[in-house]
Amino acid sequence: MSAVAIETTPPLWRRLIGFNLLTAVVLGVGGWYLGWFIGHQVAGASIDYFGDIDQNDVAIFCGYIIGLLGFLIGLGFGVYPWSRMRGYPPSLREKETEGAGRYFGLCTDHKVVGIQYLWGIGLFFFVGGLNAMFIRMELLSPTSHIFPPGQYLTLVGMHGTMMMGMFTSGILGPFANYLVPLMIGARRMAFPRIEALTFWLLMSAGAILTTTIFFGGFPTGWTGYEPLNDQANAGMDAYIVFFALVGISMCLLGLNMIATIVTMRAPGLTWSRLPIFCWGVLSTAILMVLAAPVLVAVLGMAMLDRTAQTTFFLPTGGGSPYLYENLFWIFGHPEVYILALPGFAIVLELLPVFARKPLWGYRLSVAGLLGVTLLSWLVWQHHIFVSGINSDLRPFYMLSTELISIPTGFTFLCGLMTLWRGNLRFPVPMLFCLAWFFNFLIGGLSGVFLSDVPSDVTTHGSFFSMAHFHYTIMGGLVFTFFAAIYYWVPKMTGYMLNERLGKVHFWLMFISFNSTFGPLFAIGFLGQPRRAVTYAHTLQFLNDWVSISAFVLGFSLLLFLVNFVWSLVFAKVPAPANPWGSRSLEWQLPSPVPVHNFDRIPHITSDPYDYGEARGPVAVPAPTGVGGMS
Amino acid sequence: MTEAAASTTPAPATDHGKRFLVAWIVASVIATPLVAIFLGDHLPPGNGSAQAHEQVFDNSWLLAIMTPPGLFVVMFLGYALWTFRNRGTVGALEDGPPIRGNARIQTLWMVITSAIVLFLAGFGSYELVQSGAGGGQGPTAAFQPAGYQKALDVQVIGQQWEFTYRYPTYGGIETPHLVLPAGTLVRLHVTSLDAIHSFWAYGLGVKADANPGVDNIVYVHTKDPMQFDIRCAELCGLWHGYMFDTGHVVASGRFTSWIKQQQSYFAPVSKYLPPYSTTYLPDPSQRAG
Repeated sequence: MSAVAIETTPPLWRRLIGFNLLTAVVLGVGGWYLGWFIGHQVAGASIDYFGDIDQNDVAIFCGYIIGLLGFLIGLGFGVYPWSRMRGYPPSLREKETEGAGRYFGLCTDHKVVGIQYLWGIGLFFFVGGLNAMFIRMELLSPTSHIFPPGQYLTLVGMHGTMMMGMFTSGILGPFANYLVPLMIGARRMAFPRIEALTFWLLMSAGAILTTTIFFGGFPTGWTGYEPLNDQANAGMDAYIVFFALVGISMCLLGLNMIATIVTMRAPGLTWSRLPIFCWGVLSTAILMVLAAPVLVAVLGMAMLDRTAQTTFFLPTGGGSPYLYENLFWIFGHPEVYILALPGFAIVLELLPVFARKPLWGYRLSVAGLLGVTLLSWLVWQHHIFVSGINSDLRPFYMLSTELISIPTGFTFLCGLMTLWRGNLRFPVPMLFCLAWFFNFLIGGLSGVFLSDVPSDVTTHGSFFSMAHFHYTIMGGLVFTFFAAIYYWVPKMTGYMLNERLGKVHFWLMFISFNSTFGPLFAIGFLGQPRRAVTYAHTLQFLNDWVSISAFVLGFSLLLFLVNFVWSLVFAKVPAPANPWGSRSLEWQLPSPVPVHNFDRIPHITSDPYDYGEARGPVAVPAPTGVGGMS
Repeated sequence: MTEAAASTTPAPATDHGKRFLVAWIVASVIATPLVAIFLGDHLPPGNGSAQAHEQVFDNSWLLAIMTPPGLFVVMFLGYALWTFRNRGTVGALEDGPPIRGNARIQTLWMVITSAIVLFLAGFGSYELVQSGAGGGQGPTAAFQPAGYQKALDVQVIGQQWEFTYRYPTYGGIETPHLVLPAGTLVRLHVTSLDAIHSFWAYGLGVKADANPGVDNIVYVHTKDPMQFDIRCAELCGLWHGYMFDTGHVVASGRFTSWIKQQQSYFAPVSKYLPPYSTTYLPDPSQRAG
């Protein structure tokens, strides 16, 4: 490392030329105009024949795709393939330096990528949350009064897509990228460049999604159902490219995680000693690898419908909207568990530390995670119970949906029994984990109504189902996301987050969350459909209650932001190496973790849950030469 | 970190497991009937049709069945967090007993959750197969109620952004109002002309997606005269939020006079309507270009 530091620093203008974020943005914007130009050359004439004369979807798609390629090349993703083609030897890493600049470009250090992800998806979480505030502001009154209907639908769609695509689908980004190599005793991920690529793909996707506002937004919500998708104006193109890129990013992330966990575990880290968090990452990654390609394919077909006049989803041309619905939910239901499983894993990983007990029923909890992974493929048609397709298969999908509660129940049992007879303490991460039990319980039990066809006829497409998936995703995943932040950010940054502000944040968030989404079950039961800007006057009191609670919820998240910035930028209370007394491998390293993680690859001697057992060190350095490749 | 192991931790004086189980069983035995009796019949969507009543029945049963598991988790959390909290008598990092699992509890948990799940699925399927429970069943309805051959056909056409209704047994007239006779089995044919809509007649307990080119059949057996809300429950574009309507169930005598009045009112335009059909899209094989 010191050899790099000795080099003389070139002048500023010289440093701005090269593969960096500035070049990337310049090439990205330039690529957009190039693509736009090409698109008009290719499809300019045909536009007069086929309908929409005010827009040229071909030009817009070309602009996005060529702009994206320019952006990635500008970041430097083309350098290594190009040098390999010219015969240079393979190398595993690049650009692993110190300093703040590494966070703003292509960096193959998994810890840098983790922190990039944390800020990146955090940004979109707050933008998506702001959209939710606007939605609730509009729903203060039963008729449209702030936003015109088209803007309202765009807000709803942006909230859904940002939360689904940019935030919760990327939830493995910060924690799995940062922690998996540390937990399994490796110095890097299996494919460090692909790891960096997943992050920059996701951020490009977010930027592209944001450009939809220049093209009039999109009216379909996050599901993008056909044929409305085909009918919609040019803002829809941004949605299609955005979600396809998210799919590619997820798929690559999943492949990287699977390869890393399967091949790069330190000696002695047998499958039965693997931290449960890694099991959660593994099962999520399996879902990502198998589900995301379906999304990319279905959006590719939607793109062709909009540009090349194929009619995959248009009944007037012999296509079927059912095809879109089925393909979307074949991706979409595993996706739901991509959002749930990391939450399960974080809860099970943290509870032993704060209960000072081994994880109860390790094998059962692994079986629970894998059982959910398997079963989540068999249930997708419960999203289209009333669509008029396959009415004779409804009992099967009802059964398979309800079967998922069995492996989910394993997670509950293991978590609850880990608490039993422990020595419980309640710092902020523990509080968030405990809130998961309550929130996911309500989310899960309300899911039974949606899985039961007669009850689903009442609740489908209403605020009831909206409340249900906010309880599972926000109550399940976002709460554990905050648990993970309070728990692992001291490791990532070397500074503790303020405990007292954290407790205020937790209680405010927990109470306002339940006060926001609890009444939505009643609102849905009373007949208010999702995504509608109007509702019955009789429901105004409940809606106002929900809106005001939602504003408090938004305020609690601002409080978190204050805590986060205050603790990391101003207060800077240094974190001890192991503030929670954890037995897990990542806490045996100094905070923040040095660039190469381990001086010697460790030899694992036990699982990380041996609380209360006669125990030695978690790991001893392995003999020289084992797994030493960096 | 201290090296205190299980051996130094004294065995708990009280049998917490037994105490918790007794408390949970008592609470469940009290709470479950209360939920079923007092909340049950007040659950939506009311008693407007046989299908709506089925849904109320399902909703109240599900709520009652879910009461004991819900209570279990909440009470377990409450009991464990209170009883096993660190009271300052031992160090915060003192280890608890190294219990790694219990085969009997695991097996029991699996058996009980599986039994609940299988019962729920069986129960829901039994309710479903009676008549489809008010959900759209597509062109070949798998679950037909008794006497379906004599059902009154009514077509619901969704388009951006309103529902219109055709009565094929009354000359195929199309009206913007949905009026149904009381005490009658009705077969609704839900279809769309453009995007996907969803026909949600809340008080009747009917929800069926309106897909272009698809005849989505739903059976509903009306009861007493009433008024019900109709909303579109699938995002269908710009004015989706304004796609609502009110429908009526009226006595059969009033229905007959209403339909006669509609026939004469719409007679000047009815002759220009396309002939009644289950769907209204061009046949793709006939499509030019």
